[in-house]
Amino acid sequence: MSEQPILELKNVHSGYGAIKALKGISLKVMPGEIVAIIGANGAGKSTTLMTICGIVQAEKGEVFYDGQLINKVSPEKLPTMGLCQIPEGRRIFPRLTVEENLILGAFHRNDKEQINRDIQHGYDLFPILGERSKQAGGTLSGGEQQMLAIARALMTKPKLLLLDEPSLGLAPLIIQQIFDIIATINKEDGTTILLVEQNANLALKASKRGYVLETGKVSMEDDAQVLLHNEEIRKAYLGE
Amino acid sequence: MIQEFKRVWKPYTIGMLWLLGLLWPLLGIHADGTLTFQKTVTVWIYLLAGTFVCLIIYLLNTSGYLKFVADPLFKTTGKIKSATTTLPTWLWFILILTVALIYPQLAGRYGTDVAINVLLYICLGLGLNVVVGLAGMLDLGYIAFYGVGAYSYAILNVTFGLGFWICLPLSSFFACLAGCIVGYPTLRMRGDYLAIVTLGFGEIIRIILNNWMTLTNGPNGILGVKPIGIFLPIFENGLTFEHFWVKKLQFFYYFALGLAIVAVIAVKRLNFSRVGRAWEAIREDETAAELMGVNTFIYKLLAYAMGAVFAGLAGAFFAARMKFVSPESFTFLESAMVLCMVVLGGMGSIPGIILGVMALIALPEVFREFDSYRMLIFGATMIIMMLFRPSGLIPAKRVGTRSEEKEG
Repeated sequence: MSEQPILELKNVHSGYGAIKALKGISLKVMPGEIVAIIGANGAGKSTTLMTICGIVQAEKGEVFYDGQLINKVSPEKLPTMGLCQIPEGRRIFPRLTVEENLILGAFHRNDKEQINRDIQHGYDLFPILGERSKQAGGTLSGGEQQMLAIARALMTKPKLLLLDEPSLGLAPLIIQQIFDIIATINKEDGTTILLVEQNANLALKASKRGYVLETGKVSMEDDAQVLLHNEEIRKAYLGE
Repeated sequence: MIQEFKRVWKPYTIGMLWLLGLLWPLLGIHADGTLTFQKTVTVWIYLLAGTFVCLIIYLLNTSGYLKFVADPLFKTTGKIKSATTTLPTWLWFILILTVALIYPQLAGRYGTDVAINVLLYICLGLGLNVVVGLAGMLDLGYIAFYGVGAYSYAILNVTFGLGFWICLPLSSFFACLAGCIVGYPTLRMRGDYLAIVTLGFGEIIRIILNNWMTLTNGPNGILGVKPIGIFLPIFENGLTFEHFWVKKLQFFYYFALGLAIVAVIAVKRLNFSRVGRAWEAIREDETAAELMGVNTFIYKLLAYAMGAVFAGLAGAFFAARMKFVSPESFTFLESAMVLCMVVLGGMGSIPGIILGVMALIALPEVFREFDSYRMLIFGATMIIMMLFRPSGLIPAKRVGTRSEEKEG
């Protein structure tokens, strides 16, 4: 693979005060891929995403996005550059309507007509959101909120989408639906996706490559299919 | 009915005894050391009788004995409600505006004075609403900016002889500047910590006003602030303008009305703008807003400065009207009062805040005759209002309903 990775982490350390959550993470995401990061609770999966976005400052190491060092870029500039994160637990704006949530996704954009078209595109992707467009986000069900979070992130026109635990607290049927949509976004818009999941089975099935995190370090990296059939992984994360 | 009564009589009795326990120290202990019981017991018996009647009516209603009265009553209120909602909003605006315009002709000096206070606090409440209601930052030192505005006008007027109209924008500018200076270091904090820090900074500004003798004349305050001056056109020999100082209370009333209207329009426009949406996003979830590309720090600072601008305008007007400023007018109690108005009226809702201000300014005035029970009644009213309308008198119309419910 000679092309330039869209996202590259080189020996990244970060944490919360005295607690070191990441102890030297290195990973690469190529354009157009779906990459999964799996691992147990507290392995540093979410912190990795938060560090990429600069919500948590990296103490050591470099984060490159599109060949550009983004360690010091403030988080709110990243959506303009095409990097958007859907945080863990969805975090939609509960007292704003579905439509206002979507408009906020396009906060850095000024092209009003295109924004309206994109909102419509979001409703086409998730018809249920169109039905509930005037409803407060907090009154949606968990699955609908996850859809809203994805639609809101798509409003930023991302080149790289960071997804944190999209299956959290959802029914299996809804999870399947969400993962189908993730695959659609990847295929149709060519959006690169970095996925963090507890549900290793689903995540690896949906992705091309995978990383396994263990206590702040990458313990394994390989093609998703290989990881899926790896004995150790099956034991540790798939409960067999 | 009997069943219902059996359920409620215990908490009711305990509540009434508790009230007796609270009432006696207020009414029975006198300043000269004597203790009496007579008055306490009479007041308590009146209250007991009153609440008992209320309780019986409530019980009768819940167990369905009062259907013959309640049903028609419910229907007529429903009818009135639907009639009021069908009236177009512009009609409401015109109605309210006419009442506001002719009010000083009908009310006496005292009534106008209270109304000016109401209008002034509407301006303050709307300013604080930007900070608390829209951006969701609990600010306990808001009145400090009101003080900065008032002192800006007083100092500029007394020391440099500048007129009111030049000082009005200058006052709001200085208040805004103070807002930025205070906001810059504090706005990194969130939630409770921010509240404590703003409380601290509010007190710092008051203490500066109290101690900087050379500039603010300390606790003595600044005397002889000129009122608002206006130019009236006179057509006698050609068109000339005559300058005179506003002394009549009515002029102050109309000026305060203008200020309040400007504040209402400005806050309404802000609320539905891009900036307003960014503020609401920050209130809902700061991290998510940041991830969506909202520069949270700048927008929080903007909200803080914007709130301070309104406080500065109100402050300059306050100084011009009182012709005197002293640090005593800008204590923490005032901050708490404005915050109460915003919370009571309904955070983020403009008509709510106007109603909240009216309630909190007018109620103590209405109960002035009750003398020392005034604050007791005031407190009880607030508790009752918060029990029955926990999200404010007129809550902001933001929270939607599920679409299935709407159809049903």
